[in-house]
Amino acid sequence: MSVLYILVIAALFVAIGFLIAFIWAVKSGQYDDTHTPSMRIILDDKRTESSDKKQEEKENGN
Amino acid sequence: MRLIQVTAVKTEQATLGCYHCGLACPDDKIAIEDKYFCCNGCKTAYEILEGSDLCQYYELNETPGTTPAEFGFKEKYSFLDDEKTRSQLYQFVNDNIVTLTLTLPAIHCSSCIWVLESFYRINDGVTNSKVNFLKKQLTISFDKTKTSLRTIVEQLASLGYEPEFNLADLQTKVGEKNLRSLYIKIGIAGFAFGNIMLLSLPDYLQKFDTIPQNFQIFFSVLNIILALPVLFYSASGYFKSAWGSLRKKAINMDVPISLGIITLFIRSFYEVGTLSGVGWMDSFAGLVFLLLLGKLFQEKTYQALSFERDYKSYFPVSIIKLEAGKERSIALSQLKVRDRYIVRNNEIIPADSILINGKGLIDYSFITGEADVHSKVSGDMVYAGGKHQGGAIELEVVKEVSQSYLTQLWNNDAFNKHQDARITVLANTVSKYFTAAVLLIASGAALYWLPNYTYAANAFTAVLIIACPCALALSTPFTLGNTMRIFGRKNFYIKNTAVVEVLSNIDTIVFDKTGTLTESGSSGTEFMPAEQTNYPEAKLFSLIRSVTWHSTHPLSRKITQFLMDYEVLDEVEDLEELPGKGVQAIVENDLVKVGSEDFIVADINMDNDGRSKVLISINDKFAGFFAIQGTYRTGFKTVLSDLNKHYDTLLLSGDNDNEKEVLSSYFSDGSRLYFNQSPIQKLEKIKSLQSANKKVLMVGDGLNDAGALRQSDLGISITENINAFSPACDGILESNSFSRLYNLIRFSKTSMVIVKISYLISLLYNIIGLSFAVQGTLSPLISAILMPLSSITVVTFTSVGTNLLAKLKLD
Repeated sequence: MSVLYILVIAALFVAIGFLIAFIWAVKSGQYDDTHTPSMRIILDDKRTESSDKKQEEKENGN
Repeated sequence: MRLIQVTAVKTEQATLGCYHCGLACPDDKIAIEDKYFCCNGCKTAYEILEGSDLCQYYELNETPGTTPAEFGFKEKYSFLDDEKTRSQLYQFVNDNIVTLTLTLPAIHCSSCIWVLESFYRINDGVTNSKVNFLKKQLTISFDKTKTSLRTIVEQLASLGYEPEFNLADLQTKVGEKNLRSLYIKIGIAGFAFGNIMLLSLPDYLQKFDTIPQNFQIFFSVLNIILALPVLFYSASGYFKSAWGSLRKKAINMDVPISLGIITLFIRSFYEVGTLSGVGWMDSFAGLVFLLLLGKLFQEKTYQALSFERDYKSYFPVSIIKLEAGKERSIALSQLKVRDRYIVRNNEIIPADSILINGKGLIDYSFITGEADVHSKVSGDMVYAGGKHQGGAIELEVVKEVSQSYLTQLWNNDAFNKHQDARITVLANTVSKYFTAAVLLIASGAALYWLPNYTYAANAFTAVLIIACPCALALSTPFTLGNTMRIFGRKNFYIKNTAVVEVLSNIDTIVFDKTGTLTESGSSGTEFMPAEQTNYPEAKLFSLIRSVTWHSTHPLSRKITQFLMDYEVLDEVEDLEELPGKGVQAIVENDLVKVGSEDFIVADINMDNDGRSKVLISINDKFAGFFAIQGTYRTGFKTVLSDLNKHYDTLLLSGDNDNEKEVLSSYFSDGSRLYFNQSPIQKLEKIKSLQSANKKVLMVGDGLNDAGALRQSDLGISITENINAFSPACDGILESNSFSRLYNLIRFSKTSMVIVKISYLISLLYNIIGLSFAVQGTLSPLISAILMPLSSITVVTFTSVGTNLLAKLKLD
C-alpha cells in the first residue's frame, strides 16, 4: 500500500504540469481573442508557381 | 442614391463587377487582362496583392475588397513622421522592433484576416501582424530601421484598410480590463478543487471501509498544501473587496463570503493539526471555484463595444496646418492659437476658429442636435465639433482644442465622478441583514453548547461555514448576466450587469429629440425621377439642394442631407417659403419648386405607402419626387404611450420648438418639453430632476447629450450602427430595436424578481444546513454535497427562468 505515497505525488506532479501549461496558455494571450482563430483555421498557404520560382532563385543565389 | 447610380450604370454596361470590391464598374477602361476594376484605387490594391503573390485573397471569398478611399491629400499621414506623435501610438518598443495596434474598420471577412496577417510579404520590415476580428484591430510589429509607420499605414490605406486614428489613441491608455488573471484564478481553484475531492474520496467512503491513519494524515496534509494557493491567490479578490467595504463602514456580499472562507480554512487547518478530523478543504476549494465562475459570467461583457467614448474619439488625430503657404499634416495636439489650418469636405472642425478663406457650410448636428447646416463666410466664428461640407476652407484657431465650446462640457464635474460607485444595491442590502443574522445564529448556537467548549466552537464555525452565501452570491451574476445576454440578442447592449438593476429602479425617462425620437440621416429616402427631364441628375440635385438647404422644414432637411454630395449654388434669388405648401426660388435663372401635391401639379400616380412625398418642379415642369420615410422612429407612439403608464416622460431637445404641439400629446405631461437646450443646460436639467429624488433614465444619441447621459442615473444611447460613434453611456440600443424599449425596461424588473426568488431558494438551503450546524452534527460530507447542490439549483433556476420569461415577454 505504501506505493500510494509515490503514486499520489507522481499523479499530482502530472496534474501540476497541466496546470502550468494552462497558466502559460492564458498568459501568452490565447484566451484574449477566441473568435479570430476560428476563422483563421480555414486559411492555409498554397504554394503558387511564382512563389516556387522565387524560392528557387533564392536557393540558386545562395 | 446608390440605387440611381447602379441603374444608370446598368444601361451602359450590363455586368461589369469590380474584381476587387464587387461594385459595378462605370466602364471597361480600368482593367488588367480580363479583370475589371471600378476605380484606380481597386486596381492599385490588386497590383500590390498580385506583386506580393497574395492573389489567394480573391479565392477565399469572392470580391472581398473594400474600395480604397481616394487619397485626396498625399500628405494625409505625414503627421506620422513626427516622432513624438508616433511614439504615443506605440505599445512596445524593443530595440528596433516596434509593436502597435491599429483599428481598421474595413475588416469584414476571412480574406481580410489572411491578407493582413500575410502583410510581411508586402512589406519586408513587418515582422508580425495579427488580427482581432471582433475588435477590428490589427496588432503589427515592424523593424523601424527597415520601414516606417507611415509607409505601413499608407500601404494599408491603398489596400482599402484605412486605419482609423483619433485623438483618444494618443492618450495614455487606462489598463484594459483583463480577464487573464481571472482565468488563472479559476484554473488554480479548479485544479485544487478536483484534486482535493479525489484525495477526500477515501474519507467519504469511511463508513464502508476504514483507512489507515497514516494515509489519512498524508491526504489531509496534501489537501492543505493544495488549498494554500486557493486561499492566497484565487480568493484574494474577495478579501480585498470585503476589507475595502468594511473600511467604508458598509457590508457587501463579500464580507460573509470572506468570513465563511476564512473560517473554513482555519477550522480545517486546526482539525488536521490536532488530528481531530480530516478538514473541509473540498468544500473550501469548491466554494471558491464556483464563486469565481460566477464572477467570470458577470465580467464577460461586450468587449467589441466601447462605452467610454468622449469627444476625443470623435476628433481626428491630425490636421492639415498651413505653414508659410505650405500644407503640412500635424498632430491635433500640436495645434495652437493663431495657427492656420485647412478643413475639407466632411471633416470635423477641431477647435473654435475664425473662417479665413472659402465658403463654410457647417453642420452642427452633433453639438446642438439641430440637423441643419449653417452657411459661414470669411470672418465668421465657427465652433469646434461642427462638420464642414463642401470645398476646402481655411481657418485660424481662436481657442485651443481642449478649451473650445464643445470640449468644455467634459470639464464638468459629471465627468469626474466615479461611475462604478453604483454597485448592486439589492445584494448589499441583503448581505447586511444576512451577515447579522448569521453571526447571531452562530453566537446563539455557541452559547447553547457553552459549558462544552469543543461543541460550542464546532457549532459556531459550522454555522459560519454552511451559511457562506455561495448560492446567494451566484444568483445575482447569473441572473443579470443572462439578462445582459438576452438584451444583447434584442440589440440592446449594456455596459455591465449592474445596469439591469439600475434600470429596474428608474422612474423618470428623459428623451432627446433629434436622432433619438426622430430618425437621423437620410435613411429611407428615395428619389423617383420623372420619365423625361431636361437635366442631368447631378445638375438637378444641385438645383434642389440649393433651395432646400435654406429651409428649416424637417423634410427639407432630410433632402438636404440626402443630397449631401451635391454642390449648393450661389445664385439663389426670390427665395420664398410657403407654409404648408413648400419652398421655391430662382436658382441660376431656373425656377425651382419643392413641395407638396397642392403646390406642384404632377400627373403621376404615387403609391400611398405611408411615406411623405415631396415633389419637384423646374420651371413649372414636373421633374420627379422624393419619397421620405416618416421622420419619427417606427413604434415611437406605442413606446411612449406604454412608458407613460409607469414612468414620467420628458423631452430635452437642442432643437427649436417647431414640433412642440405635435409632440406634447405623446408625453405624460405636455408642459414638460424643453427646447433650445444647450448641452450644459441638458446636464443641469437632469441634475435638478435628481435633486427631486428622481431616478432618471436619459435616452439620447449625439455628443450634445453626452453630459446628460453621464449625469443621469442611467444613460442609453441610440445608434444606427453599434460600431459607429456613440457618446459615453451605460447602454447602446440599436435603432431598429427602438420599438422594444418599453419591453426591455420592464424586463429588467422581471429579472430582479427572479433574483429575489433565487435568494429565497438559497436561503432555504441555508436553513437546512443550519439545522445540522446548530446541532453540531454537520459533517464535511454533508457540507460538500449541500454547497454545490444549492449553487447548481440556483444557477439552473435563474438561467431557465430568465430565458423562459424572455421568450414570453420579449418575443
